[in-house]
Amino acid sequence: MSIEVRVPTILRSHTNQEKIVKGEGDTLAKLFDDLDTRYSGLKGRVVTDEGALHRFVNVYINDEDVRFIGGLEAKLSDGDSITILPAVAGGM
Amino acid sequence: MVAHARADHPDEACGLVVGPEGEGVPTRHVPMINAARSTTFYEFDAEEWKQVYDQMWDNDEEVVVAYHSHTHTEAHPSRSDTKIASDMGLPGAHYVLVTTKDPEIAEVRSFRIADGEVTEEPIEVTGAPEAVQSYKFAHTPDSTVYDCS
Repeated sequence: MSIEVRVPTILRSHTNQEKIVKGEGDTLAKLFDDLDTRYSGLKGRVVTDEGALHRFVNVYINDEDVRFIGGLEAKLSDGDSITILPAVAGGM
Repeated sequence: MVAHARADHPDEACGLVVGPEGEGVPTRHVPMINAARSTTFYEFDAEEWKQVYDQMWDNDEEVVVAYHSHTHTEAHPSRSDTKIASDMGLPGAHYVLVTTKDPEIAEVRSFRIADGEVTEEPIEVTGAPEAVQSYKFAHTPDSTVYDCS
C-alpha cells in the first residue's frame, strides 16, 4: 500500500524540503506513525500528545476534510492522496 | 484587499495573493470565505482552501500575501494571529492586515511572522496613483505614508 502525502511549506523542514512523501497505513493514524519513522517530528506537528488532530491544521483524504470522516481513524486505501494544510486563521 | 475588507465589514475578511513559486511576486488575488463569519476571528473555509491549494499546486504557485482585516482594531497582528501563524502558518508569506475601523480611511500594513516574532515591513505603492486614489496607506517604519484620499 502506498499513500502520497502533500506536505505544506511549514512542515518541509521535517521532510528534507520534499513537497511529496509516501507512506503506508490503513488509517490516517498509522500513516502518521509510519511517516514519523522517516520524517522525524512530522507527526507531532499534526497530531497532539493526546492523539487528536491539532486545531489549526487541516488534513484531507483526496478532497475530504478528515474531521468529517473519522479524523485520525479515517480509513485509507491504496492510491489515496493526503494533503496537509495550515488552517490559516486568527483573531482580534 | 481593501475593497474585500470593506465588503465583508463588520465581519473580518481574509484572502491570498498568490504568484509563481520561488519568485515572490504576487500576481493573482484570491478572496477567501471567512468560515468563522465573525467580527473578531477569521478562518479559511477548509473546502474552499483545498480547492484553491490544488489549483496553486497545478499552476506551480505559492502564497505571496496572506491578508485579513480587523474591523475594530489596528492593522497589526494580534496575539492569536501571531501564535497561529508561527505554529502552523505560511512561511515566506507577507501577512497583510487591513483595518476597516474607520469608514473613511483604510490602513494597510504588512508583516513577517515567524517563531512568535512580528516584524513590520514597508509597503511601497507602485503603479498609477489614481489606481489607489480612494485609500490612504498607513505609516510604516521606514517608508511612505501614501495619502491619496
